[in-house]
Amino acid sequence: MTNEIVYDATVGRPLLDDAKMSMRGVNVFYADKQAIHSVDLDIGKNQVIALIGPSGCGKSTFLRSLNRMNDTIDICRVEGHLMLEGQDIYDPKLDVVPLRARVGMVFQKPNPFPKSIYDNVAYGPRIHGLASRRIDLDEIVESSLQKAGLWNEVKDRLHAPGTGLSGGQQQRLCIARTIAVSPEVILMDEPCSALDPIATAKVEELIAELSQNITIAIVTHSMQQAARVSERTAYFHMGHLVEVNDTEKVFTNPEHPLTEAYITGRFG
Amino acid sequence: MKTIDLVNKNLAKRYRKEKLFRAYGLASIGFGLLCLVLLFSDIIGKGYKAFVQTNIQIEVNFDAGYLGITDTTNTEQMFAANFEGLVKKSLREMFLIKKRSDKRLAYSLVSTDSGYQLHDLLVANPAWLGTTKKVWLLADDDLDTYYKSVDNLNGAFTGRMQEQQLVWIKNLLDNDALQLQFNMNFFNLGDSTEPELAGIRAALMGSLFTLMVTMVLSFPVGVAAAIYLEEYAPRNRFTDIIEVNINNLAAVPSIIFGLLGAAIFLGFFGMHRSLPLVGGLVLTLMTLPTIIITSRAAIKAVPPSIREAAMSIGASKMQVVLHHVLPLAMPGMLTGAIIGLAQALGETAPLLLIGMVAFIVDIPSGVTDPATALPVQIYLWSDRPERSFAELTSAAIMVLLGVLIVMNALAVLLRKKLERRW
Repeated sequence: MTNEIVYDATVGRPLLDDAKMSMRGVNVFYADKQAIHSVDLDIGKNQVIALIGPSGCGKSTFLRSLNRMNDTIDICRVEGHLMLEGQDIYDPKLDVVPLRARVGMVFQKPNPFPKSIYDNVAYGPRIHGLASRRIDLDEIVESSLQKAGLWNEVKDRLHAPGTGLSGGQQQRLCIARTIAVSPEVILMDEPCSALDPIATAKVEELIAELSQNITIAIVTHSMQQAARVSERTAYFHMGHLVEVNDTEKVFTNPEHPLTEAYITGRFG
Repeated sequence: MKTIDLVNKNLAKRYRKEKLFRAYGLASIGFGLLCLVLLFSDIIGKGYKAFVQTNIQIEVNFDAGYLGITDTTNTEQMFAANFEGLVKKSLREMFLIKKRSDKRLAYSLVSTDSGYQLHDLLVANPAWLGTTKKVWLLADDDLDTYYKSVDNLNGAFTGRMQEQQLVWIKNLLDNDALQLQFNMNFFNLGDSTEPELAGIRAALMGSLFTLMVTMVLSFPVGVAAAIYLEEYAPRNRFTDIIEVNINNLAAVPSIIFGLLGAAIFLGFFGMHRSLPLVGGLVLTLMTLPTIIITSRAAIKAVPPSIREAAMSIGASKMQVVLHHVLPLAMPGMLTGAIIGLAQALGETAPLLLIGMVAFIVDIPSGVTDPATALPVQIYLWSDRPERSFAELTSAAIMVLLGVLIVMNALAVLLRKKLERRW
């Protein structure tokens, strides 16, 4: 590392007035190893926030703790207060099933179920009982696929396997599957890293449209992508949240020397 | 020297090694195939003759007066009639027997069952009453062995045959009164001390009932245990111990399971001996570890991304397992179950200990009828002194292998059907 760096406090503006999710003093441990060090961060309602940082900085870990996907890892332990509209999501009494219906997730590698396109999208509504009649379900599937910009490409083969689509289509199918349960927040973990530039552009367009009424947190390795899609950017370094600011400010006038070093490509 | 020259220099050696490596593989496959061919040709070579049986043609006068039958539909009359005496009488007349000592020799040429055969023939052909007919009756196993070996280069196998009997047989051969016919008894009857009346059916049904119990118990229990251990159980010292012990159980000799079954099911629960139910329970104990281990491997092989996808839209743990993990793991689980069941089908030792080694003549019709199993029947027959039982042993092995092949074929079909290649 360059110098002795003191991670005192996050610079910039981590806290907001109208937060959808607000995290206070979040520590995440893998067994004895601490992966996230006392992070305070607010995610604004219907905003896109980009989480950037070098590999292993903890941005994915942080993202996955926002809908308790880390629960599946036995050795993972999350401390602190993580609130979704004022409700602690790590409250032992909280049911994780409705939480994940409200906070959906899209993964790095497209992971459609080995089922038909229709069944992929209909799965969420089915398990949550969102549609009582077949026609309602059809409508949800259609509107979800439309929102994901996939409807025109697949409307004639809804019952073809979802895994037969191209990588970019598969990722949009996964997004359609996520929005079919009308989540309030979508967490995206490097959703475009396995896609070509054209597919990436489509997904980015989609993010912009979805953010009109959905809050989105996106982890990305591409600073251009962060700059293109997000309103705020959070820079993580070695498990510390170094800087949070409006995206424009982060990329044009970073406050912290580490942020500057990262976005100018000196490491990462 | 340039790098590429160094590479080229070594190429020949590398290719030679590769060829050798392939040759090793081919040699082992060849050896395996050779053993298989030897095994099959030996068993089939010995056993195919058991599927046919020598019959002997005898002229029988269905004398209504002698039999005391006026109406063939009258079961009482038919039951009381001395058909066995009629067989003996016909034999005496046929061989023109004068001496008392020859009588026994003549009688022993036909199966002890021939009285019943005549009875059945008359039931099937009521018009024969009062007429003289030439009928085919099942020959005794000594005659069967002799007739089957009559074309051997180094002479026929005479065994216990007496001079006088050989003379008669020569006569029969000259008159074309001996014939090989399909051996229905082998597929229709249970065990018997007479080889010509011994069949595989009781053992086959016993095996099927036993296997049914094993399958019904071990598959759901094994899969449930695997799912719990893989998906729900916390990773700690306790579950580690369970895991180690399941792996150890898979290696425990089967006879130990037999002893355990005898102690628990027979001794403690007081169940009866020789029941397919008990056999199935014992084999379940033996099969469970195999099914659990293969099912866990199948569950582990389901990509975590599918689990994450389901969880991230709010599927509960059970929904993740039932909707996604289980369907994807099912082909692997089925393979494991079939391997376990095939093993159970061929298992002999534990069944001996719970009394499924009994002499079973009646075909079992349920899991609570005394029964034996195919491998046990093979073991029993291989021990009998009559030469015909050697044939029957090989034939029974063929039946056992046939059942195994059918099971494996079913497994392959099921896999093909369930496997999702997309």
